[in-house]
Amino acid sequence: MALYAALVYLPGSEYWTDRPEEVHQPSDGYEEFYAKVSAAGAYKGGEALSPPEMATTITVSGGQGGDVIVTDGPYAEAKEVLGGYFLLEAADLDEATKWASQIPAAWSGGKVELRPVIPMQK
Amino acid sequence: MTDPSQELAETIRVAGASVLATLTRTFGSLQLAEDAVQEAALAALRTWPVNGVPNDPRAWLLVTARNKAYDILRREAVRPAKEAFASDQPKLGPDTAQEALSMLEPDSAVRDDMLRLIFTCCHPALAPEARVALSLRTLAGLDVEAIARAFGVPEQTMAKRLVRARQKIATARIPYKVPADAELPERLPAVLSVVYLIATEAHSPSSGDVVTRIDYEREAIRLARLLCELMPGEPEILGLLALLLFSFARRPARTSSPGGEPVLLRDQDRSKWDHAMITEASSLLGEAVRRSSSVAGPYQLQAHLSACHSTAPSWAGTDWARIVALYELLVKVTAGAAVLLNRAIALGEAEGAGAMLTALDGIAGLERSHLWHAARADALGRLGRGEEAAAALRTAIDLAPTAPERRLLARRMAQ
Repeated sequence: MALYAALVYLPGSEYWTDRPEEVHQPSDGYEEFYAKVSAAGAYKGGEALSPPEMATTITVSGGQGGDVIVTDGPYAEAKEVLGGYFLLEAADLDEATKWASQIPAAWSGGKVELRPVIPMQK
Repeated sequence: MTDPSQELAETIRVAGASVLATLTRTFGSLQLAEDAVQEAALAALRTWPVNGVPNDPRAWLLVTARNKAYDILRREAVRPAKEAFASDQPKLGPDTAQEALSMLEPDSAVRDDMLRLIFTCCHPALAPEARVALSLRTLAGLDVEAIARAFGVPEQTMAKRLVRARQKIATARIPYKVPADAELPERLPAVLSVVYLIATEAHSPSSGDVVTRIDYEREAIRLARLLCELMPGEPEILGLLALLLFSFARRPARTSSPGGEPVLLRDQDRSKWDHAMITEASSLLGEAVRRSSSVAGPYQLQAHLSACHSTAPSWAGTDWARIVALYELLVKVTAGAAVLLNRAIALGEAEGAGAMLTALDGIAGLERSHLWHAARADALGRLGRGEEAAAALRTAIDLAPTAPERRLLARRMAQ
């Protein structure tokens, strides 16, 4: 079995309300997907992310321990923004694709990117 | 294929692909399997000319490649980072040929391995150009240098592209399996398009060294035949093989001799066509039609188009109304300016130059295509608009990508 991060990209305009202080309600279909994927034992984690406006990007210049450069905003400016992720366990890419195709963003204007997770050395 | 050394290389290449498929399954790594098969192929090239070709070349290559694979694993196990990987591998036994021979499966298992390898190399998670390159490397057994030449890129670039494709297969776990029946309609088109691209897109430069030049059309036909054998009765596979054969049958007439200039279909000497091959293609297409449950797919439709030409007594005696009707169907299943261009040319024969010009001018996005300008020149010429025709032909000559095509157009200019 392998771990995949299913990165959920959403159209920026639909991603968040203008008032981030409002409590965000999960969009249609996500609870249903969560129920299905956890019942199958393939759910290994995942969260929704605050909008890119809330993001902070960190770079360290001059090698490890060097100057920490903190910039406001996301790393990549794009029409679609990373809205959240699921960690999914699957036997292979085809199985992971079956799960990813059930995440609502995949058919409602967004996209789901599958990235194999590299296990941490313990 | 009279040169014995070339025949030997061909045997190694074809048998090597099926050995690669089997080793990929037993070792679970395409990269390792490829390295092992390459070393085995080099050993065969060294020893077979001296000791003679073994009775069962595939068995020889399988045994040798398997031992090479274990050698590679042993070498890599020395490096600490690879220890975990190597310990996952089957235990190393005594390297007796007898033991290795027990790996030899019946033909059905070999076929399954090949089919798995085909679907892995043509997986939609790989970029289309990576699928074609990887298929040429693993399924056709061509070396990186030959593939790089076919794509017109430096060898290093092609080597990197292949490494990246194999890395993606390993890291993303692109499965080494044949898709379930329910998924086949989604997965088969990617496989068929790779075979089609090998036939149509991979061209050796005309100045290439004759001895090492690879016949991509022949490779594509070999792969299409293999697919027909592995998945019997699939209408689109039958359609694709028929299409490739119709086209290949015209080969003796497609270029002038001497000179090797391209000859347009309308000017080809039809007695030079391979009529036995046309008969075979027709019967394959007939089988495809019988087995189709619903609408014909794009390769079947293109095969029908090709059949119309291949069975017509002459350019003028071609059933142009049927060809236009087939293009109408093809436009519905494959969007693409090239299909519209061919439909317009057929319309020129079925209804006249006026209809052709209207259709041509209705196609967007072909302003950089020499074929579009050449077709416009043809229509304008037939309508008696000589100056406009000459201008269109000049543009076509400027845009033509190869010297033979430029010369062909220049000859038309002179007429």
